[in-house]
Formats: sequence, structure tokens, C-alpha cells
Amino acid sequence: MASYSTNEFRGGLKVLLDGDPCIILENEFVKPGKGQAFNRVKLRNLMTNRQWERTFKSGESLEAADVVDLEMEYLYTDGEFWHFMKTDGSFEQYPADAKAVSDALKWLKEQDVYTVTLYNGAPLTVTPPNFVELEVVDTDPGMKGDTAQGGTKPATLSTGAVVNVPLFITIGEVLKVDTRSGEYVSRVKSS
Amino acid sequence: MAWVRGFFARRGVMEVETPVLGRYGVTDSNIDSIPASPAPVAAGFAEAWLQTSPEYHMKRLLAAGAGPIYQVARVFRDGESGRRHNPEFSLLEWYRPGFTDTDLMAEVSELVCGWLGCEAPRMMRYRDVFLRFAGVDPFLATDSELAARCEQWLAPGQVQAFSRDDCLDLLMGCQVEPALASAGPVFVTGYPESQAALARVSEQDGLRQAHRFELYVQGVELCNGYWELTDWEEQQQRFAADNQARASAGKPEMPVDKAFLAALQAGVPDCAGVALGLDRLLMLKLGLDDLAGVIAFPADRA
Repeated sequence: MASYSTNEFRGGLKVLLDGDPCIILENEFVKPGKGQAFNRVKLRNLMTNRQWERTFKSGESLEAADVVDLEMEYLYTDGEFWHFMKTDGSFEQYPADAKAVSDALKWLKEQDVYTVTLYNGAPLTVTPPNFVELEVVDTDPGMKGDTAQGGTKPATLSTGAVVNVPLFITIGEVLKVDTRSGEYVSRVKSS
Repeated sequence: MAWVRGFFARRGVMEVETPVLGRYGVTDSNIDSIPASPAPVAAGFAEAWLQTSPEYHMKRLLAAGAGPIYQVARVFRDGESGRRHNPEFSLLEWYRPGFTDTDLMAEVSELVCGWLGCEAPRMMRYRDVFLRFAGVDPFLATDSELAARCEQWLAPGQVQAFSRDDCLDLLMGCQVEPALASAGPVFVTGYPESQAALARVSEQDGLRQAHRFELYVQGVELCNGYWELTDWEEQQQRFAADNQARASAGKPEMPVDKAFLAALQAGVPDCAGVALGLDRLLMLKLGLDDLAGVIAFPADRA
């Protein structure tokens, strides 16, 4: 297995620490006077999402983590696993468990493409695109003349996600939603 | 640079130049020279090193009777790169025959604070900055007490591979230096004997302390100075000890600079000397906190 020395540490590098895959966020070189050099490193544990701070003697190394991000199309769920397929034409499929899908669950739409992070070949996390387009399946009827007031109401989308939308939105419309904040962005013009 | 040259011209200190590419590197266990391999010319040498400091050559000039001298030198230290480090940087180094560390600190203060316009530095002993900011006595604490202090920054078990000086350096870098950032300019003096480098050592308050000083401004280490060791036999022993430390850290041993030892043997006058990082000084003058702002082409774009 490849390993990285402290002088190769960069933001974004994936390494193994205490047996867990981590991504390096920051790496600060500290060296007092004529003394020993250290690297103060901030990492995020990809299993727990917790942030860690660790100090290493410069020149120490960490094993590289076999972590890759791939674009994959969501196919279906069998209730236990959510199945994704590579978009490179290989039709290779990967089952992601509930832990990997986690918060992405409410944005999953069949045939849309997601970023699946593989660790040792198995899905570790699923990240939705920043924006998704989903159909409204339930909301209170819209009221004419309320467009200028700027009020909002909850709307349920086809994936089960509930977002606050302007009062003029009606069932059947397709909305653009920001998955990071869970907020309504705009209506999508039906073509 | 105009400030620096004017400062020394008024004080009758002569500007000198010494080789950037030298026959010997340094033995310091924590400073790595960058090797070069020039073609062996007549009476030359096939193995050479980019200098990490002009110190040995300047001391050879002192031994030859140069009197007070200064130099702005380009120096190289392998593997040092970060917000406050670049593998290649400018060092202002000067030597004052007849000065003690106390005399030289006064001169450093005039040069640095005169240019930055900051207040004169306070004096704090290495022991006192540790007691105050790290809550531990760097001279009297046991090895295991020091190790226990370090554990908060490390993985379990990692500290077992640390020497006493490694622990002190970790505390210095992670706890003391950040605390000094808000303490105003400070001269740290009286280093442990194990960190004397090229400074003479004497007993003060019942403890063996090195006549070494460092100036911190806003937590940035600006310079490192000594009341110089002029005893060639002790110097030879320190070189040997350095190489032992290198070997136990898994680093290659470095050949000892024989010309420098010969100069000490012939007699370097009693003097104090100091090396100051000009890039860091400029960084402070401009109110920046990253050397990338003052070096046109840092290492990653060199």
C-alpha cells in the first residue's frame, strides 16, 4: 500500500489514521528555532465525519486510504441497499447501505447521477449534486395574488423531502432545490 | 536593505560574502543541507552542500582577523516549507567581537524595533516562558512529565518515540509560540544545554543554561543568536553528539567541517553573533502572516 510522508500532505489527500479513512483539511508546518519540525494536521474522519487534529514529526508517514469519488447513477432500492451504477459504460453496480446513503436519501431520484465515495471498493458515502430538480407531489393549493407577499408553505417532493416553497407553487410543478441547505431555489420551466 | 546597510555602515561593521555552495554541510540533527555535486576542479571537491547558514565561513573570517562583519546570505534548508518557512531564504547574519549575548540583544533590538517601529523586547528566560505558557519546568520536569504534557497533540503511544528535546520542541511550537503571539516582542534566553547549538554554556541559578537567544515578535521567531562557543574541543564533541542524534533519528551522518574546527583551534575571538530571517522581518513589516506574500516565487512556484 502506498504511503504519504508529511511533506506530501495536502488538503484533499486521503489517508488512514487509526484504521479509519480520513481526508486532510489543513497541514501546518511548525519548527521552533533549531528544533524538531512538526506538522500539525487537521483531518476529517470519513467514517464518522468528525474532525481530528493530530501532530506528526516531519518525515513521518501515513498509509494512503483507498478512497475514490465516482459519478454513479441511482437505480433502485430493495429496502436494505440502494443500488448505484457507474456511468463509464461498464454497467458495474454498487449497493450502498443506509449509513452510506444517510442524508442523501431524501434527494435520491432514479436515473439521476450522484457522487459515490468508495472505500476499499465499497460505498462509504453518497453525495447528491448541489442542485436537484424534483416534482411536487403534495402541497396546499396555491392562492392567487399572494405572489408579492413572499409567504411560504411546506411542499412534499417526489423523493419525500419537504421544503418550504412560495405560496404560488402547485402540485405537479418541478422545482430546483439546493441540497446543501435544503432550500427552494426556483421553478423549473416545463419544456 | 537600505535600512540594514545604513545601520551597519554607521557602526563600522564590514559587509562580507561567503560561499553559497560549500564543501561541508551542517551536523545539526534538525537542519538538513541540500547536497550538490559540482564537477571536481583542481584542488576542488566533488561533494558539496548548499549552505544552511554562513556561520562557519564567517567564523573563519573572524579567526583571520576580519573584525565586526555582517552578511546578507541566501541559505537553504531541505524540507522546510510552510507559512513561515521556505526552503530557500535570506538570512542577515552578523558577528561582534568583544560583545556578549546581552550586548548583541541590545543591537538586535535597535535594528529590528527601529525598523518595525515596535516597542523594545522584554527579556524572558526559556524556563519562564515554559512555566508561564506551558505550565511545565523545561529543566526540572522528568521526561515522563514532559511526555504527558505532549499527549494532547499526539496519537496514543506516539510520544514514546520522542526524545526529551522533541517534547520541548513540540511544546514550544504548539503552545509557547502561539502564546507569544500576543505577548509583544520577547527575547527568549537561557536555553537548555541540549539546545545550545553553537552557544557557550554557563551555570545560572544552579542550572546549566546556554547563552543563546531568540527574538519573537508577534509569535514569529525572527532571529537566533549566541555568545559564541570558541572552544574547539567542545565544538568537536558537539559535532559528534549531533551525528549520534542524526544516526538515532535515522538520518545520514554529516561530515564535520574541518576548516571550521581548524579556525576555532587557531582562535576565533570572543564574540557574539546572530542570524535574522529577513523574509519574516519583511512579512511583519507589511502586516502579513504568510511568507508567500513577501517571496516572489515560493518553493512551489520556484
